Amino acid sequence: MSQTAVSTQRPSKTDTAYDVELRKVFKVYNGETAVRGVDLQIRSGEFFSILGPSGCGKTTTLRLVAGFETPSAGEVLVRGQSMLTVPPYQRPVNTVFQSYALFGHMTIWDNVAFSLKLKGKTKAELQDRVREALELVKMTSFAHRYPAQLSGGQQQRVALARALVNRPAVLLLDEPLGALDLKLRKEMQVELTSLQQELGMTFVMVTHDQEEALSMSDRIAVMNEGRVEQIGSPSEIYERPRTPFVADFIGETNLFRGRLTQHDRDGLTVVTDAGLQLAVKSQEPWAGGGGGGGDVVVSVRPEKVHVSLYKPEVAANCFEGDLRNIMYLGTHVHYVVELRSGDRVTVMQVNTGGERPKLHVPVYVHWSPVDCLALAA
Amino acid sequence: MTTILPTPPEDPTDPMAKRLKPQLSWQGVFSGVMYFLMYLPILVLTVYSFNESPYSAGWKGFTLTWYAKLFSDYRILEALRTSLLVALVAVAVAAVLGTMVAVGLARYQFWGKRLYLGMSYLPTIVPDIAIAVATLVFLAALAIPLSVWTIVAAHVVFCLAYVAIVVSTRLGDLDPHLEEAALDLGATPLQSFFQVLLPQLAPGILSGCLLAFVLSLDDFLIASFTAGNGATTLPMEIFSRIRTGVKPDVNALSALLISFSAAIALSSEYFRYRSERKKVN
Repeated sequence: MSQTAVSTQRPSKTDTAYDVELRKVFKVYNGETAVRGVDLQIRSGEFFSILGPSGCGKTTTLRLVAGFETPSAGEVLVRGQSMLTVPPYQRPVNTVFQSYALFGHMTIWDNVAFSLKLKGKTKAELQDRVREALELVKMTSFAHRYPAQLSGGQQQRVALARALVNRPAVLLLDEPLGALDLKLRKEMQVELTSLQQELGMTFVMVTHDQEEALSMSDRIAVMNEGRVEQIGSPSEIYERPRTPFVADFIGETNLFRGRLTQHDRDGLTVVTDAGLQLAVKSQEPWAGGGGGGGDVVVSVRPEKVHVSLYKPEVAANCFEGDLRNIMYLGTHVHYVVELRSGDRVTVMQVNTGGERPKLHVPVYVHWSPVDCLALAA
Repeated sequence: MTTILPTPPEDPTDPMAKRLKPQLSWQGVFSGVMYFLMYLPILVLTVYSFNESPYSAGWKGFTLTWYAKLFSDYRILEALRTSLLVALVAVAVAAVLGTMVAVGLARYQFWGKRLYLGMSYLPTIVPDIAIAVATLVFLAALAIPLSVWTIVAAHVVFCLAYVAIVVSTRLGDLDPHLEEAALDLGATPLQSFFQVLLPQLAPGILSGCLLAFVLSLDDFLIASFTAGNGATTLPMEIFSRIRTGVKPDVNALSALLISFSAAIALSSEYFRYRSERKKVN
């Protein structure tokens, strides 16, 4: 995450100088609330992702910034200026659409030059800037083709050039890589992040792909049912999810529902609904209710769980179970263990080449109290 | 700025189109007979338009007399002029209104939209005779004198529906974010309509217009109900002539009309096909 470290060190003027700010924004369509009180502050020059399952309101949030939707309540600011009365064609933002929305009757050159022509730029400036934008995405040799003559990946680059040629304050990307195949998507992930770093421009990307968000972003907002569940750096989101939804949505995890029975300096003790006693030792102080009785969800990442054929010499979080499924993934081995309590635990272990347990043999799973998280349910 | 992206590879060329082997099957034979029966009368008519005999009975030898006679017949030329005037004006009005109907129905949500959608396509389903009678009664009720312009008005009604249908289809195939992309890049709503949406719809509008043009040119029923004194369209002229027996010059005229209509219909299909192809590639 060296790229994250570099970007967050970039000076961000003052605290009020966010490039994009959403204040308690609501959006209601025909009685259905798509966005419920979203607060976002996107810093200048950061690669910010809005991540969530389909229908969580992430695209609507982006469209509110672009100006294609007007908020039912709340305020949208770009560079400190309220956008409430500003139509999309006067906002200092540009969008890369998931479907690219290239103008089929214009050549690539004319597509990119479109916004500059509308602004009445001189011919010399127009030519310089279009050439520069096409060079940036390596599409110069395609300038005189039509969009229909390009592949999906090439159209994507043109859409990017067309949005960047304007030098917007903020570039909005709506699932920009969603229509590309896996290999091309991986390439474009790298290219987009290096492009963003080179330009130092604020990128706001909407995606449902958690891996994409984790690998590309400086910060991520996880959305669910129209609300922002958590905002943080990729490692914060992954390692310290604040809600059960975030823990479950970002990466794979084992969730245990239960009740808090003990809470002291050594950590928490949770008894799950199925009767397991779990010890949790968080790095952060427990924010939920003190004492006992509160509903809690405990999350344990599969890579933090160990499987062994013999009873390990640990007291906490060690359970006996049956090995139900083994998936060999090359670098890793994926196990599913059914505990005596009936809970299923998924385990991801690095393939070290040693002896691997066989199916349907009794095994022990265990994990350290510091490797699990208790979340208020 | 330095270049940081590697050059994307070129597209592979299109795979070769598959060739089908001709095969004799009962479906083929059936289709052949069907087409033969459908086009036999037209074929007969065309053949007789070159017949030297003025009574259409037996073959007396090849001639172009009837075609020559046609182009020196003042009444025919006058009727042709009326027909073209009606078709051109009706199609021009329908092109604008039909495009607006299609775009309005696709882009905006409003109360009663579904009803309006159904109603705008109704003229293509309602029998011509019903439209003809209804229009006549309506014009009479408002005491509007019949003229060539009442034909135009009646033709606009069904031409509009055909243009709207064809443009709607084209619109449905377009990227729904095209206008938003134009707005995003700084175009006002008006600029985005004229510089982005309209050029993309043009093949659909052209194809719809050609279709409507043929239908207007061929219409007899509606025109004959709504025509005023002296406003005689070509189909009306033909009909008035065959009441006194089919003359070879009418055959020649019909053959010309059919060829002309077919040519326009084909080019309409061609424009539609070409725009589809452009999209798929």
